[in-house]
Amino acid sequence: MQAMINGESRKLPDGVTLLGVLSHLGLDPRAVVVEHNRVIVRRDGLDRVTVQNGDTIELVHFVGGG
Amino acid sequence: MSVATDTQIDHPLTIAGRTFRSRLMVGTGKYADNDTMVMALDASGAEVVTVAVRRVDLDRSKEASLLHYLDPERYFLLPNTAGCYTADDAIRYARLGREAGMSDFVKLEVIGDQQTLLPDVDGLLEAARTLCQEGFTVLAYTNDDLVTALRLEDAGCAAVMPLASPIGSGLGLLNPYNIRTIKSRLQVPVIVDAGVGTASDACVTMEQGVDGILMNTALAEARSPVLMARAMRWAVEAGRAAYLSGRMPRREVAVPSTPVEGMLD
Repeated sequence: MQAMINGESRKLPDGVTLLGVLSHLGLDPRAVVVEHNRVIVRRDGLDRVTVQNGDTIELVHFVGGG
Repeated sequence: MSVATDTQIDHPLTIAGRTFRSRLMVGTGKYADNDTMVMALDASGAEVVTVAVRRVDLDRSKEASLLHYLDPERYFLLPNTAGCYTADDAIRYARLGREAGMSDFVKLEVIGDQQTLLPDVDGLLEAARTLCQEGFTVLAYTNDDLVTALRLEDAGCAAVMPLASPIGSGLGLLNPYNIRTIKSRLQVPVIVDAGVGTASDACVTMEQGVDGILMNTALAEARSPVLMARAMRWAVEAGRAAYLSGRMPRREVAVPSTPVEGMLD
């Protein structure tokens, strides 16, 4: 299964949840905000959303800015 | 109460019911490294620090995040929507910023021109109205234009942030009259955002009576960001005190400070 994560096509295991994606990428769920197909998914809901083929996921955090 | 004590009284900066210990707000972008940023923030005395929302670099996910360097007990994080050119983009970034942060404050930017980074006023007002309706506390970066500032206030913005000069330009306060006019007509705090280059710029800006200043490049691109941060802290305090003190009138003629009586024949 393929999903677009931060603009890159990534191969993911079938049936993976958003929480599983973060763990797959080595990311701490407390350190990122997840947007799934343009909808923000809160931390406590990450294990309830299953990624489908062709989904778009954005993983963002704070960086320096003015 | 004597005039002397009366003029020393100042109320702290309060935005949407939240009080801040400093009238200087600083950005966290463009520093050579995070340790320098931390020292500059400390020297500035600022409480409000701006941050941006960007994609996590998936190949460098092990690096310490910015939040690792910003003590949440000490700093109030203000997410921005920098780099957004449409209302929809700015709204999307604002929502992500609220989720990443701990408050509903957002520094709203909708940029209309790549070369000058001047705001897109239509997009800004549209985004401001939507975000205010969604319960955001919106601090809107805008031109030094009174009518736009009034419309942003009407839209429900908690503070209006007119520029001194373009973002990152360091040109200082180009139109003190416009800034004074905006300050005199708005009820919400006016925070001058962008364009301050050195301490005298900050001081002159505060002397116009505005409620605060937000700056980033002036610190990050100084040869010593820490020293400049200290200078800016003093400049903001000096400018504020000078404004409150009520300066002497400007005169086109000299008036001696020394008695003219008692001179020898």
